Amino acid sequence: MHPGEEREMLSAYERVRTARDNKRPTGMDYIRNVFPGFIEMHGDRRFGDDPAIVGGIASLNGTSVTVIAIEKGHTVRERSFRNSGAPSPEGYRKALRLMRQAEKFGRPVVCFVDTSGAYCGSGAEERGQGQAVAENLLEMSTLCVPVLSIVIGEGGSGGALALSVADRVWMMENAVYSVISPEGCASILWKDPGKAEAAAESLRLTAQDARMFGVIEEIISEEGLGTEGFYKNLKERIRKELSALSADPELLENRYQRFRRLGTDPEWEAAGPGF
Amino acid sequence: MALLLHLMKTGNKLEEGGRTAAPVQRDEGEPEKLCPNCRRRIPVSRLWGNGMVCDCGYHFHMKARQRIEMLTDSGSFRELFTGIKTADPLLFPGYQEKLETVRTASGEEEAVICGTALVDGHTACLFAMESYFMMGSMGCAVGEKITLLFEHALQNRLPVIGIIVSGGARMQEGVLSLMQMARTSAAVKRHSDAGLLYTALLTDPTTGGVTASFAMEADVILAEPGATIGFAGARVVEQTTRKALPKGFQKADFVLRHGFVDCIVPRARQRAFLSRLLALHRQG
Repeated sequence: MHPGEEREMLSAYERVRTARDNKRPTGMDYIRNVFPGFIEMHGDRRFGDDPAIVGGIASLNGTSVTVIAIEKGHTVRERSFRNSGAPSPEGYRKALRLMRQAEKFGRPVVCFVDTSGAYCGSGAEERGQGQAVAENLLEMSTLCVPVLSIVIGEGGSGGALALSVADRVWMMENAVYSVISPEGCASILWKDPGKAEAAAESLRLTAQDARMFGVIEEIISEEGLGTEGFYKNLKERIRKELSALSADPELLENRYQRFRRLGTDPEWEAAGPGF
Repeated sequence: MALLLHLMKTGNKLEEGGRTAAPVQRDEGEPEKLCPNCRRRIPVSRLWGNGMVCDCGYHFHMKARQRIEMLTDSGSFRELFTGIKTADPLLFPGYQEKLETVRTASGEEEAVICGTALVDGHTACLFAMESYFMMGSMGCAVGEKITLLFEHALQNRLPVIGIIVSGGARMQEGVLSLMQMARTSAAVKRHSDAGLLYTALLTDPTTGGVTASFAMEADVILAEPGATIGFAGARVVEQTTRKALPKGFQKADFVLRHGFVDCIVPRARQRAFLSRLLALHRQG
């Protein structure tokens, strides 16, 4: 069987497991390979520096780019340091700070998204996890530079969306994007976390589903995932996309409309606005 | 009345276990509600006359239409976007049946009611979420209605008042319900950038994807006494950190202390408060 065909046979839950695999390239692997010479910038200038989010500046074929990635880590030690890629409010605030800086200097933003969700700790609650996510959604909707977000593993709920209010959102072939984890959904809805597999199917969280709903524009093939050729192709696609977006005079209006139509039912328009 | 106002003013002892008040007079056979704070049985008629607030200051849940009636000038509410009802975009197992049940039980078509109204003569756009409809969860129809309301308010240069109660995004609509957070936020931003006022009143509970979007994006954020306001549910936080949570975690006082709401406003003073805010932001 052709490797591509084999991959397409994966069930929704198998994709969830693949997306979570700690051997999969993480945010920093993408940064190292697609943006060599990346300079990391730390801190939100308000409270601290969240290791779950890595951000900084790099050059892409001569164009300066702000790059932000959620980093899960590979080893137990890395995962502990990175909080397994569950960002705290200060991570989102650091990301927003760097995005505002990108806006100031007119450089595009690339985000690599990979999280099971924003961190659910008591400190995160005290420091306004909800407010931090909300502020990113609000501010990213009118950020005056092109934003490209790529879901490379788990696109877990609001914690992933907080870096994905973008002009283009792409997903790796085996990445998932969901409002809740299949386990969480199964335990809330069916009081049985064991039904995660069925929940994964019902939630329609695969890249194919997301593209069908219009939530993402492109699915990136995982053929050769992590190899030099893979990163080279990806880099070229990113470069092309950013240069096309940079030339768009209607960038913000198009971004507004991109999200505006998500979830609109054609029947509603037929029924009239209701006033 | 003065005593009542005193009992209900900000900073009462509600979250520290309540206080005693005069014994309640009751008629035989009248329906009663047990107050979870002071543990007394309160006749429903008395609660109704009191905006569903117990003598001890405990705020019972209220239906969205009751709230609209309480906060706006009599007969001034004009409902908008009534044609927008949830579809079932994912064909999620059991969702259709669930919708039918909650529609019957709540008497509402959706988890949010939108419209325009007068508050002491000030025109405003208003949305009120319905806790009796899947705990005010946000699906595509809720997102659409709130987005339309902010667009309508922008077009007509009107302030928006949001009365919020929500368990978060509606998981039966999957990633599309998640997108409603981005969509409503973009509409809030446009309204805000035009210099218009948005006030949110957070009631019990305000959590999840709604906290992480339009609930926390208002110019003025008010909270009802005792309301739970947070991102993750307290049980999830406890499971994550494996530590007991402090008393009053995520309650209105806690959220105020940490700097995420402007004021805690008891129900009896909400209308006057909103009216004053609208007057202070009157344009033209």
